[in-house]
Amino acid sequence: MDLDVVPMTGNVNLREELEAVGIEEILTQLDRELIGLKPVKTRIREIASLLLIERIRKRMGLTSEVPTLHMSFTGNPGTGKTTVALRIASILHRLGFVRRGQVVSVTRDELVGQYIGHTAPKTKEILKKAMGGVLFIDEAYYLHRPDNERDYGQEAIEILLQVMESQREDLVVILAGYGDRMEKFFGSNPGFRSRIAHHIDFPDYADDELLAIAELMLGDMNYRFSAAAREAFVRYITLRKAQPLFSNARSIRNALDRMRLRQASRLVADLDRVLSAEDIMSLEASDVLASRVFANGSSPANYG
Amino acid sequence: MRITQGAFSFLPDLTDEQISRQVQYCLGKGWAVNIEFTDDPHPRNNFWEMWGLPMFDLRDAAGVMMELNECRKVYGDRYIRMSAFDSSHGWESLRLSFIVNRPKDEPGFRLERHEVDGRNIRYTTTSYAVDRPEGQRYR
Repeated sequence: MDLDVVPMTGNVNLREELEAVGIEEILTQLDRELIGLKPVKTRIREIASLLLIERIRKRMGLTSEVPTLHMSFTGNPGTGKTTVALRIASILHRLGFVRRGQVVSVTRDELVGQYIGHTAPKTKEILKKAMGGVLFIDEAYYLHRPDNERDYGQEAIEILLQVMESQREDLVVILAGYGDRMEKFFGSNPGFRSRIAHHIDFPDYADDELLAIAELMLGDMNYRFSAAAREAFVRYITLRKAQPLFSNARSIRNALDRMRLRQASRLVADLDRVLSAEDIMSLEASDVLASRVFANGSSPANYG
Repeated sequence: MRITQGAFSFLPDLTDEQISRQVQYCLGKGWAVNIEFTDDPHPRNNFWEMWGLPMFDLRDAAGVMMELNECRKVYGDRYIRMSAFDSSHGWESLRLSFIVNRPKDEPGFRLERHEVDGRNIRYTTTSYAVDRPEGQRYR
């Protein structure tokens, strides 16, 4: 671990310590930019406090152990796991628990090879790139294929476990995926469960949170809902949630993209009209209501 | 006789900590670090064998040190060097190279004199180590 700080004795001023590392601003940024996710934010604050104390203890010479920082994020798609992983990386970096603070995000494809002898170099290559930072493995359960004993995923798992144990000060691994499948994955790979200190569960968003997310996204793109459109979108969320393959914030983003498309074609349809900035910025109820979600008896293949 | 090639070779052997700092310097410059090994230490032997592939896109020296330790496990009785390759336009060549591992016992070189064309002499240096076959030179 690279704690570039002088050892200290005597009393500690916690506030000064906190300000010195500057994680408070990351935490407030997290609060501001991520809507909902109360339990996740609480957990991250707890972890940050623990690490702050750990850092002080280390400098006082009260501990020399490197804390286990590997984490698992479980939750449905689109609940912000990747975004939070990026924030965690910068918190760990500020506190000096990882040296560089980069996040290497991978899935099974990047770790597991195609033929015998291909997996180990591939996994090691990724591990080397992630050294000094955070390795984020999305949909980690695909590494383990219970139906195929000779699957190369097992080899990647063994290398990962070994590095997670022996090079704790060089690398933090975050595993992410859907709750129930991760549970099964940990069940068949007990080595992982015991090496992971923090299990964080990402809840689904409530309807009003999804609306707030939609407005935040639109605000970033300089669009806004008209009053009627906003009302229509509230109904859209309720209907869309009931449909299959709903993936929280990601579905919202896709829906907004399609609404922008419809707004654009509505505006272009009438070429003689003179547009104000207001017209170009606002999404009307018709843009929302044209969605196939509102059409009754739509086939489940259409999620527009 | 201790061979002196590349950077730092007149200094005492670098510790792992020092190697790691040097590697970190290279990575900070955006150079790709390679690990190479050989048991033929002749200064004109340009072609050392590579341990794995050149390591592009690394951020931290820990990854390189992991490979170095693997390499030492297998070829700990040979010379191992780090070289740093700068891929930026106009350079496209090695920027730094230094030895990180050497055999316990380095037998050195002999000078051979060939008498040619009357009284003329041509000189050749040969490493005592290469008298033995490959793989058995530093046992």
